[in-house]
Amino acid sequence: MSVTMPPPQPSGVRDPAALSGWAGHPERVGFFTDTSICIGCKACEVACKEWNDVPEDGINWLGQSYDHTGELGASTWRHVAFIEQRARIPAQEAGVDAPLIEDVPLTQLEREQGFRWLMSSDVCKHCTSAACLDVCPTGALFRTEFGTVVVQEDVCNGCGYCVPACPFGVIDQRKSDGRVWKCTLCYDRLRGGFEPACAQACPTQSIQFGPLDELRLKADDRVHRLHDEGVPQARLYGHDDDDGVGGFGAFFLLLDDPEVYRLPPDPVVPTRDLKEMWTTAAKAAATLIAATALAFAGRRAR
Amino acid sequence: MSTTQERPGLVAGMDGRRRTGKGEHALVPDVEVRTYYDRPVLKQPTWKHWIPEYLFLGGLSAGSSLLAFGATLTGRRTLARRARIAAVGAIGAGTAALIADLGRPARAANMLRVAKVTSPLNVGSWLLTFYAPAAGVAAAADVFGVLPGVRTAAQVGAAVLAPGVATYTAVVFADTSLPAWHGARRELPFLFAAGAGASAGALGLLLAPAEENGPARRWAVAGALGEVAVSSLMERRLGEQGEPYRHGRAGWISKVANACALAGAAVGLRRGGRRGGALLAGALVFTGSLLERYAVMEAGKQSAAEPKYVVKAQRERLAEREREAPPA
Repeated sequence: MSVTMPPPQPSGVRDPAALSGWAGHPERVGFFTDTSICIGCKACEVACKEWNDVPEDGINWLGQSYDHTGELGASTWRHVAFIEQRARIPAQEAGVDAPLIEDVPLTQLEREQGFRWLMSSDVCKHCTSAACLDVCPTGALFRTEFGTVVVQEDVCNGCGYCVPACPFGVIDQRKSDGRVWKCTLCYDRLRGGFEPACAQACPTQSIQFGPLDELRLKADDRVHRLHDEGVPQARLYGHDDDDGVGGFGAFFLLLDDPEVYRLPPDPVVPTRDLKEMWTTAAKAAATLIAATALAFAGRRAR
Repeated sequence: MSTTQERPGLVAGMDGRRRTGKGEHALVPDVEVRTYYDRPVLKQPTWKHWIPEYLFLGGLSAGSSLLAFGATLTGRRTLARRARIAAVGAIGAGTAALIADLGRPARAANMLRVAKVTSPLNVGSWLLTFYAPAAGVAAAADVFGVLPGVRTAAQVGAAVLAPGVATYTAVVFADTSLPAWHGARRELPFLFAAGAGASAGALGLLLAPAEENGPARRWAVAGALGEVAVSSLMERRLGEQGEPYRHGRAGWISKVANACALAGAAVGLRRGGRRGGALLAGALVFTGSLLERYAVMEAGKQSAAEPKYVVKAQRERLAEREREAPPA
């Protein structure tokens, strides 16, 4: 698929750490964020800020339900999305300006209330085939022994190439210091044998941390159980090794389409087309040479 | 995963606004675009005006090196020398622009910490590392009339690397997730190659004496027409994804760019053999080519700012896949 797509490890999960030259590395780890049990407490956002010493990024009222941070960015490495969905009830239609869910299968409680909350804690996906890492010209972005993707802040020169490369709009430049920043999956904590701060702080285990193959089994169980319990709209996002980024290191259980949560429905790593792009550039370069020859061809009139 | 077409009851846009513009109970279009409060899915490039200016200057330098090489081979001494000086000046200014755009300019040398083909920017940095000194030595040896052997080697080196310098920047843009750039990956290298020819030809028209400007004139005219042709083809093939090139700031910059290019080509064809005509044609084509770079930059930003370009294309792709292989 991509020039950088790594082979699977024995458990079936792709093994990007091995492709990056880590020998005898630990198991690939990641997050399974089960949004069906997220309560929107933002403990993950706070824990992340505290542990990683991420600066304040604006105290804003955005008019987006309880969301005051907007989206992931240089100084927001966990972001809780809030979506208020209301069933279409004739009396409400006139004044209520909230998305409608009349066709979405609801739980008993949601049906009675005519309303449901969607809350989801977003994070860097730590892609198997990571665009930010591929395009980084300095090697500041690197693949850790845990299979995660981390920026080395003492190397990054703030060229900004990773920013438009990321298919999820995650990584961004921090204007105050010029470099790019994103979730490290708490690389320092992992190396110390601790779980990432957000997962540690999550009171409902909506954010689960662990070896990626185990998380995928748990997620499969969970989505089946939800289907059995009458939540047919539950679906996994980012659990498939054959998707456009070779599977996410941090994947999700969602209750609606990904784009409802500001997630791309079919993300693809742009470097998948790298060979085609270099070949096209070579053809264009050859055309330029031919054009030069033509411009000077013919009799030497002037 | 079910596609949105199966959800006739859902209104477009999760912020409750209707994008169809057909009233409260409008029919849902074929592929409906749902978003999170209309927020962009992708981040806009952080690149400032330096980057389109570098694209232009890099192409100008590469084109000038090729023009100088041809001029040397065909005995156009004045054109050769002036194009060579233009080449080193443009690449010097271009490199300065690149460094100025960095968040940490003092760390510019980190670009050469590694060599990796998956990073077009890294490949380009290595190209520049060899190209810029070659262009510099070629110009200096020409001006001072010294070291004929070194001069020839540097001229050949600069000419060999120039086509790469002119086109790698297209891969830098194409190798991103922005629909207007990644979608245009088949055309951008040709657009930038044409731009290199147009700008270098235009500068040749401005700098060279009329009796030596034949090749510069042909290049300026062909390059300008090439830019207009490739950008129109690109916008047409991109369809809806090409909208960012036609709308907003990118749209009007692109229109002015095309007007300059076409006017410059017309003047160059009819009056390019005379000094006045050459100057006018050169100025028009030069301006058009610079504006075209700004237009491409703006289009990328605009395509990142609108979530529909990302979501709609991906939804259509998923729907296509489901049609081909329906889920069990």
